Amino acid sequence: MNRQFRALSFVVLVVVMVAVAGCNKKKASTPPATATAPPVSTPAAAPVAQITATPNVISAGDQVVLTWRTADATSVSIDGIGDVPTSGVKTVTPTESTSYHLVARGEGGSADATARVTVNAPPAVVVPSTTASLDDEFKAGVQDAFFDYDTYDIRADAQAVLVRDASFLVAHPDIKVVIGGYCDERGSSEYNLALGQNRADAAKNALVAAGVAASRIRVVSYGKEKPFCSESTEECWQQNRRAGFSLDR
Amino acid sequence: MKPRFRLFPQAAIAFILLFSSILHAQDWVHTGTNLGQDRIRLAAAEFKPLSVDPQTPSLKAVFDATLYSDLSAAGIFDIVSRSLAPQANPGTPQEINLQQWAEAPANAAMVAFGSLSASGGRLTVQGWLFDVRNTANPQVLGKQYTNAASQDAARLIAHEFADDIILRLGGGINGIAETKIYFISTRTGSKEIWCMDYDGQNQHQITHLGSISLSPRIAPDNSRLAFASLGRDGWAVRMYSLDLGRLVAFPAGVAGGSNQSPAWSADGAHIAFSSSRSGDSEIWLADASGGNLHRLTNFKGPNVAPTFNPRTNGQIAWAGGRTGEPQIYTMDLDGGNVQRLTDMGYAVSPSWAPNGALLTFSWNRKYGPGDPGGQDIYVMDIASLRWLQVTHEAGTNDYPSWAPDGRHIAFERNIGGHTQIWTMLADGTQQRQLTAAGNNTMPNWSWK
Repeated sequence: MNRQFRALSFVVLVVVMVAVAGCNKKKASTPPATATAPPVSTPAAAPVAQITATPNVISAGDQVVLTWRTADATSVSIDGIGDVPTSGVKTVTPTESTSYHLVARGEGGSADATARVTVNAPPAVVVPSTTASLDDEFKAGVQDAFFDYDTYDIRADAQAVLVRDASFLVAHPDIKVVIGGYCDERGSSEYNLALGQNRADAAKNALVAAGVAASRIRVVSYGKEKPFCSESTEECWQQNRRAGFSLDR
Repeated sequence: MKPRFRLFPQAAIAFILLFSSILHAQDWVHTGTNLGQDRIRLAAAEFKPLSVDPQTPSLKAVFDATLYSDLSAAGIFDIVSRSLAPQANPGTPQEINLQQWAEAPANAAMVAFGSLSASGGRLTVQGWLFDVRNTANPQVLGKQYTNAASQDAARLIAHEFADDIILRLGGGINGIAETKIYFISTRTGSKEIWCMDYDGQNQHQITHLGSISLSPRIAPDNSRLAFASLGRDGWAVRMYSLDLGRLVAFPAGVAGGSNQSPAWSADGAHIAFSSSRSGDSEIWLADASGGNLHRLTNFKGPNVAPTFNPRTNGQIAWAGGRTGEPQIYTMDLDGGNVQRLTDMGYAVSPSWAPNGALLTFSWNRKYGPGDPGGQDIYVMDIASLRWLQVTHEAGTNDYPSWAPDGRHIAFERNIGGHTQIWTMLADGTQQRQLTAAGNNTMPNWSWK
């Protein structure tokens, strides 16, 4: 439920952001951080300009990476920054929502592009945007471990996954994790709560053995109470027999 | 293909013969109920309204229907169908013509009758039970009941009268018409504890925790509910006071890991539950106040769902996974004398009968990947390990809970993803569905 709520609030945030950007600036397009000027068709090659900001939603004080590229331009400038090379990368720390407007001038004319950065101040309570990116990083770096029917032994494939998970966690010592123990729909809820606990504990023990501090790991059994998948098929049951990782906040 | 013959003793219900075949598990034959003892043929007359209060007809309808339903459900009577009863409904002993009730087509051995009147917001019921054949001294029971003039009160009076009849004609065992069934329902969106009368009436919500609550277990004195509930640090055994209408402390049930599936001893002195605080799921025992906590088992794998022997309070049965799939075990209260009762499959959710001799549990005898099997309710005689399958070919059945009369079992049945609470007699007959809204699971029958 929590996960769904977070996903929902993220979607709402993006929608609101697009709406705000649309109100403030006529030229804003979707996605708002990237705008590509159409090439002007003149005999002399018209400049082409592109600029992106990553991430495009931040909290005050966070850093944004601006990346721009131009072609057929002789001078390039970004409002508020000044003259810049024809292509490059720059880190900025805006304190309020900013449109980075790039103008490229060349022999064939000029082109411009805009990257919009939305700064949330005060930082959003529900979904701080730093964790949105941390979420992505976490999802990319940490995968769930799956189990065989009615067992909590770590399979060979799960062992390999857990080793990778552990190295991610060792490399990110500030992250705390929750391991949820999940079971398929068969059998009794009470027995599956204990089985889910054993699965989550087995995953925790594997992480601890690989060097992750036990104090960083919280374990909760969900048994068959919070399934990922609700079909009565072996594919679905396998999806539900897992130790699932999520960020502990 | 060797056919198995099982002779199964059952308290109050005499003998049940079951022929089954090992290879043809789908073939089941159920013959010879109540061998050796006829059920008492009992007639319940429609009660005579004595007042002209406008409420009277509706109260009488509720009372008559409830009394008839209670006596039919008791499992010890052969009830005379309403269509076979004499036309006249006697309101007093002077008005009854016993000969009419003794003759065909009623052929009653006993008749319950009486009158009902509402006035000044009070409902008064005069109830009698007469032995039709004992014309000289026919009265077995004569009693007056008063309560508020409401439908709920009319139902309650009918339950009381039914229980008085069942106590006298049922071998001195209290009836269950006034008992409750606690259960888990999803009908508000989260799994909360609910309560209903034993016949499915009066369903109402008890907890409003907004989390996931499981395994409600009512205290023998009906004062408190022990249950498992999900919090930030996992599952805790918590305690809800029905007297106070709020949670009360049970410190033994809160610790890291999963603490769940509590059970009361019949004297209300102890609570056993499953806890993984030692690193593996084991059965633990505490005083009802939460003190004197100690571990009883030390077996690999899940150990859950303890249930006390309510006759002695000296034994616990539970479901343990030390050999792989869960099996039913028993042990003494000091953790010694461990016995395994089931020999195969997936056996969980034991509930100990009030007489101490029988266990009921949920068993899938052919559990395994790729094997659809059937999860059914079984009853086992602990001394002989003989068992009887009591549900057949209807959904997935779990969480059997004995009624205090030892004659009835409540259980959950899942058909097509929808789980509802059912009751039945302990031989599997008279199955009745009690719930319909939402998913309803884990019934727990009150002790009285």
